[in-house]
Amino acid sequence: MTYITKPQLHHPRLVENALGKTRRDYEGSVSTLCAGSGHDSISAAIIQAAYELDLPPHRVAKLSGIGCSSKTPDYFLGASHGFNTVHGRMPSVLTGANLANRDLIYLGVSGDGDSASIGFGQFAHAIRRGVNMTYIVENNGVYGLTKGQFSATSDKGSKSKKGVVNHDSAIDLVSVALQLGATFVARSFSGDKAQLVPLIKAALSHQGSAFIDCISPCIQFNNHAGSTKSFDYVRDHNEAVNTLDFVVSREAIHVDYEPGTNTLVTQHDGSVLNLHKLAEHYDPTDRISAMAYLAGRQAQGEVVTGLLYVDPRAQDLHEGLETVETPLNQLTDAQLIPGSKVLERLNASLR
Amino acid sequence: MRPLEAVNDFVVKFANVNGSGSASANAMFAKSFLRMGVPVAARNIFPSNIQGLPTWYEVRVTEAGHQGRRGGVDMMVAMNPQTWDRDLAEIEPGGYLFYDSTKPLPPSKFRQDITVVGVPLTAMCNEAYSVPRERQLFKNTIYVGALAALLDIEIGVIEQLLAEQFAGKERLIAANVAALHMGADYVKANLAPLGLRARRADKVGDRIYVEGNMAAGLGAVYGGATVCAWYPITPSTSLAEAFTEFCGDYRTDPATGKARYAIVQAEDEIASIGMVVGAGWNGARAFTATSGPGISLMQEFVGLSYFAEIPAVIFDVQRGGPSTGMPTRTQQSDILSAAYASHGDTKHVLLLPQDPGECFEMGALAFDLSDRLQTTIFVMLDLDIGMNEWLTVPFAWDDSRTLDRGKVMTHDELEAGRDFGRYLDVDGDGIPFRTYPGTHPTKGGYFTRGTSRNPYARYSEEGGVYVDNVQRLLRKFETAKGLVPAPVRRDASRPTRTGVIYYGSTGAAMDEALQVMEAQGRFVNALRVRGFPFADEVFEFIAAQDEVFVVEQNRDGQLRTLIMNEGGVDPAKLTAVLHYDGTPITARFIAGEIAGQLSPAAPTPERRQVPEAAE
Repeated sequence: MTYITKPQLHHPRLVENALGKTRRDYEGSVSTLCAGSGHDSISAAIIQAAYELDLPPHRVAKLSGIGCSSKTPDYFLGASHGFNTVHGRMPSVLTGANLANRDLIYLGVSGDGDSASIGFGQFAHAIRRGVNMTYIVENNGVYGLTKGQFSATSDKGSKSKKGVVNHDSAIDLVSVALQLGATFVARSFSGDKAQLVPLIKAALSHQGSAFIDCISPCIQFNNHAGSTKSFDYVRDHNEAVNTLDFVVSREAIHVDYEPGTNTLVTQHDGSVLNLHKLAEHYDPTDRISAMAYLAGRQAQGEVVTGLLYVDPRAQDLHEGLETVETPLNQLTDAQLIPGSKVLERLNASLR
Repeated sequence: MRPLEAVNDFVVKFANVNGSGSASANAMFAKSFLRMGVPVAARNIFPSNIQGLPTWYEVRVTEAGHQGRRGGVDMMVAMNPQTWDRDLAEIEPGGYLFYDSTKPLPPSKFRQDITVVGVPLTAMCNEAYSVPRERQLFKNTIYVGALAALLDIEIGVIEQLLAEQFAGKERLIAANVAALHMGADYVKANLAPLGLRARRADKVGDRIYVEGNMAAGLGAVYGGATVCAWYPITPSTSLAEAFTEFCGDYRTDPATGKARYAIVQAEDEIASIGMVVGAGWNGARAFTATSGPGISLMQEFVGLSYFAEIPAVIFDVQRGGPSTGMPTRTQQSDILSAAYASHGDTKHVLLLPQDPGECFEMGALAFDLSDRLQTTIFVMLDLDIGMNEWLTVPFAWDDSRTLDRGKVMTHDELEAGRDFGRYLDVDGDGIPFRTYPGTHPTKGGYFTRGTSRNPYARYSEEGGVYVDNVQRLLRKFETAKGLVPAPVRRDASRPTRTGVIYYGSTGAAMDEALQVMEAQGRFVNALRVRGFPFADEVFEFIAAQDEVFVVEQNRDGQLRTLIMNEGGVDPAKLTAVLHYDGTPITARFIAGEIAGQLSPAAPTPERRQVPEAAE
């Protein structure tokens, strides 16, 4: 693998966002993944989302584990600090980083091997702690870097490129995240940028643990007939429950749907999720119904996508721990060291 | 057999049942000597169990101030019928047995060469109390009262301790004082004082009596730690708990009541160290506390911390290994797995405190070192230091001291155009500059990874780039030599070319052993190692001796191996003296082993063999 920086040539007509930055300012180095990999589309969606949200890139911390997906933080937000950690352990590192400085925006990028196998436990615990983060799993159902072994999200009965049939049950990360208490749960498809970009924007604005399971076909090892994570299969079975307009504030909302077909959800930071229903009676703020709906449709072989659940009153880990507003990494010596007088009193109590 | 006679120099051992509430009564017994100005060295010997199994508490009363175990028992307080036979066997000839005489025992259950002291504790409790739990708890206070009368401990001192323990609960104070006198009065009316006596002295000074885990937790507060991620494991749990308690007292924002710290009980040791590494990467001081099994689990992250150069602190309260080993027994057996933790070529900084006083100092220092060296610092406690109360120097802090955050490039420096290479050795000490995430909009950002990279943090698999980087890491380790606490050298009172090297909790027993050996005419120069990498003085010391004993508490001589490996020392020059049965090492053992090696003809006063606990 080589490291390639992108040439910094700007097209004169690139549009600047509110920070005066163009989309190019949110890019990273040149991707070294296979041409056509779904993961590169997700990187592009992250770039677009951050650009549209006017995020200062250096206020984003991007963390990943090990695998094809975990390499991608190098390919977006080049001005952000990134941390490519160890296999399956991104969630704990992200949790620690978040504890140290609650003011940054945390983006965790992982894969199905990284999060559903070796890191299944850490995935679960980071979500149940309510760490304020956006956690994206680039889910291709296969181990790409080691050339084509099944992953734990491969569906039972699906076929590998070599023709082997998977006999193990699949882990559905969306169902697990719902069960564990994630306060924002979505599924999308790397081939559907119109759906994915607003979901990432909404997740980045969510003040709690936001999880996006993004099906991202592996062009080399899992894009054949018999795979349930191929471009063709996902396009044929994709069943979106809603479409999302992400709006920064309530004033800017233009509702042009028929009455009764859209839901407005206001998040902690004032951002509004304007959801247009595609599935009748689907309520994305009802966790139990969402779980039941998902289970039913999945049993039919459908891939349910969209914003599946959101809790606008989400609480994060720092609220639970009642930590000070000042990031812990900025506390001064005087705020940290109790001093010699305290020790004199303590000594007296230990005699 | 003539009964033992001693003033302020004897060993009392309590044999109890776990969960019977004896611990606080026994601790009060020990503390009563301290309040009379007489030093003690006390140790818990407890099972991996919450209720029902045997537990012991050993109090060495020592006006001379020895802090190690002596070995042997002068008086056994036998409150546990399960362990009666072995407890009886452990008493020194001429010693004393204190027991609950409510139920008559046949003569065959006693020994002829000891003095038997019976107090009908159960009968007294049954008469005085009706609630079963009261009968059990007050029995402990009654035997403390009886022992006070037998050993001449000032009863007023114990009354004061009770008043402090139950401050604000007057009813409990009165009830306990009554129970105390019940025991003392029985002895005065029915029994004669023993040959073992307490006598007021002035040998404690301003020293404090505290557990190493508590001291280390306090050290972490003073070292500026704000993030603690941990997973419960004996014997380290009380370290994280002490940190939690101290933070509640000293780190709560007075205006808002909010926490200036974050403590997470993680799902396992891997997540614990992962959080520590994440927080360290993001500029907070973070630590975890664990024991040997946790060290095994944390290996991969320790390698990441080493190679990606991220500050982290691990308190390893060592216990008996390998595997689950002896969870409630002490050893110094993680030295090698900490020093060389993780795959690939790695070496890590170790701090080796000998008592709670050093647990505090090194506990605070570890955070400065981890920021300065941008790597994992291990603080190697063991169960003996961590979970026993030791008499130690009072905690002290210089208020002019500031936290050393190490080389962190600021926004202004970046803005002024200062060259930033995350892995660039600008000062020749092997330590590069780092930036905290989020510092500057366009400069100082980089991608941290465990893969090989060039000085500007760009991924590279070029051989030359890799070699330059790992050579720089060796330069950094060389820099660490001058930063870790220096060894403490103590030469014998007469010139000799025999030396001894030791570290950690062995120090207490070694202090005494050196005195014992000098009294026997054996002169040995001593060097206590306090950190790794080893200072040059360690190898200079070895070079100046003909023979060096390396005394430690593990089977394989791990520090000896480390010395040979790092200093190219001839193995024939280093003689291992090893104690690893899970009990703390004693002066008798050290002096005996060294005497045996120095002059094979001399008698070897081996420790008494005692049947091991059956759990």
